[in-house]
Amino acid sequence: MVQTVVGDAETNTAESTLRNEYLKAFRWMLLARTLEEKLAGLYRAGKIHGGVYLGKGQEAISVALGQMLRKGDVFAPLIRDGAGRLAFGEPVLDAVRTYLGSSLGPMRGRDGNVHRGRPREGLLAMISHLGAMISVVNGMLLARRFKGVSGIVGGTCIGEGGTSTGAFHEALNQAAVEKLPLVLVVANNHYAYSTPSSRQFVCRNLVDKAVGYGVEGHAVDGTDLSACLKIVGDAVARARAGHGPQLVIARLLRLCGHGEHDDASYIDPQLKQSPVGRDCLKVAEEHLTREKWSDLNTIESWRNEAVRIVEEAIATVQREPAPDPFKEDWCALSARHLREGHQQD
Amino acid sequence: MSITYLEAIREAQARALAEDPRVFVYGQDVGAFGGAFKATKNLAREFPGRVIDAPLSEDAIIGAAIGAAIEGMRPIIEMQFADFSSVGFNQIVNHAATFYWRTQVPCPITIRLPAGGTSGSGPFHSQSMETIYAHYPGLVVMTPATVEDAYSMLLDAVAIDDPVIFCEHKYLYYHLKADELPKEAMPTGKARIARAGRDLTIVAYSAMVHEALAVAQELATEGSEVEVVDLRSVKPLDTDTVMASVARTGRLLCVGEAWPWGGVTAEVIARVASEGFGLLDAPPQRLNAKDTPIPYHPNLWTVHRPTARSIASAARNLLRL
Repeated sequence: MVQTVVGDAETNTAESTLRNEYLKAFRWMLLARTLEEKLAGLYRAGKIHGGVYLGKGQEAISVALGQMLRKGDVFAPLIRDGAGRLAFGEPVLDAVRTYLGSSLGPMRGRDGNVHRGRPREGLLAMISHLGAMISVVNGMLLARRFKGVSGIVGGTCIGEGGTSTGAFHEALNQAAVEKLPLVLVVANNHYAYSTPSSRQFVCRNLVDKAVGYGVEGHAVDGTDLSACLKIVGDAVARARAGHGPQLVIARLLRLCGHGEHDDASYIDPQLKQSPVGRDCLKVAEEHLTREKWSDLNTIESWRNEAVRIVEEAIATVQREPAPDPFKEDWCALSARHLREGHQQD
Repeated sequence: MSITYLEAIREAQARALAEDPRVFVYGQDVGAFGGAFKATKNLAREFPGRVIDAPLSEDAIIGAAIGAAIEGMRPIIEMQFADFSSVGFNQIVNHAATFYWRTQVPCPITIRLPAGGTSGSGPFHSQSMETIYAHYPGLVVMTPATVEDAYSMLLDAVAIDDPVIFCEHKYLYYHLKADELPKEAMPTGKARIARAGRDLTIVAYSAMVHEALAVAQELATEGSEVEVVDLRSVKPLDTDTVMASVARTGRLLCVGEAWPWGGVTAEVIARVASEGFGLLDAPPQRLNAKDTPIPYHPNLWTVHRPTARSIASAARNLLRL
């Protein structure tokens, strides 16, 4: 009897943890979607220099990684990781300031859009060259090992297109050789810009590659938040427990262009109609109401709250100064005495 | 006691490892084997766990160094040959070099490039890469020509808060010897007058400094005094010392082992021509390797790159102008 009671309590606790994680993740997804829709609007209105890159359709897998990582972990998001960034702790203001080029943002107008981060807080600022972030995460994990810090995880994301790069191969192999606590999430969204995955790889499933690298592999339906939280949660826990690199392959569809300049007319309509083309946010919303974890009114209030947060951030940033070329010091070196031509100053 | 250029590089790494717990060495075969040239000989034994063999993955090697540097470490990376750094090029120029400017977080990594030609090494084990890296903002590019500089500048490289490309010349590894390691050093960024003269300035760096010194000695017997400027680092480039030398001599010959299109020699001449045109008594000249891949056979190789003979010929021509 006693055992049964304890068992029920454990089940209840587990279920409430699951529900809490799900609700938290859903709200980050909602905020990310709201933020990105607003940024897309600003782009169409000509208020943003350069491109705007959305994560529509990839929020579930992204948020799962961002949320399963802890403070003190390392996160190297890629293009479509707005949700993961928020869950990891990136302020909404960082995104808005970087997109609008505020001099108060983390990149101060020197870099834009998705190229933002706070390396001191474990959040890397991606470069455009795909695959390049993975080995940098490896290096951060190696450094922690040198310092005797254990129990931390480095997470990073890439698309199926990025798996074709040499950098991806080198870095995953390196992580395996060093048995690093790396969680590498591949969002197989079926198109690398316009190139379909049939022109990217021919293996049956990308997760099969894990065997070749000698790392643990996980496959997940990237449109299903429950599955993403479970599988990514397991992968992060296994990495943290010392089981080495974890490769997670999420199947989903990019529900937008590569950037807002791209109408994505190349996407196969049949794929859009198939289960892989489901919108993870809608799927999650249905799950919430079906499980009675929430109701439509509450979800609407969350949506309004997200809109308020985003609009407030944009209003704030629109009043902030742009970078001033005459105040810019135009020095790429930290060791200022070694900058070129300093004798002439 | 005498110490070679190569041993000085090993000793500098040993000292950096001993004095700074943030330093580690990462590269192919650098561990128990001690490196392809033995520049890390015994270091893995002396500093257990801090001299690490890497897989054949130049991109990931540099990437990992960047990550470690962000976390406050001071990685020293050995590229087995400078030529292979092309595989890690993206991480060097697009990631390490942009990192501080983009994020305000320093990226202190030292990338050792065993560079330059030696007889029989051929197209892929002989390259001089300083021009390529100097082109990119955010990198310091060192080209030590002496045992003393190999030692003190490598220690400097580790101490500098930015990515440093350390071009160590393979030809000098065993040929060049000093009596002892230096106690004091010139600061990085300052060129050195390797030999004083009043008739002609030869600006050189790395192994070409020694070819230029041989020329100065030869021409002295003909009554011409050649001043040799050793740039020491090509980025930053010490224009002031070069200009002051040209002000004394009125004639400039710039010598580099790298290829002729663009590059360090072109940069020096461009600066002198634009900022010191009035100092020149004759058109500034430059001498580089030939514009082909680096040949394997010694007969071809010795003609491919500038040597004391070809430099002397160029110097005599310039003195006649």
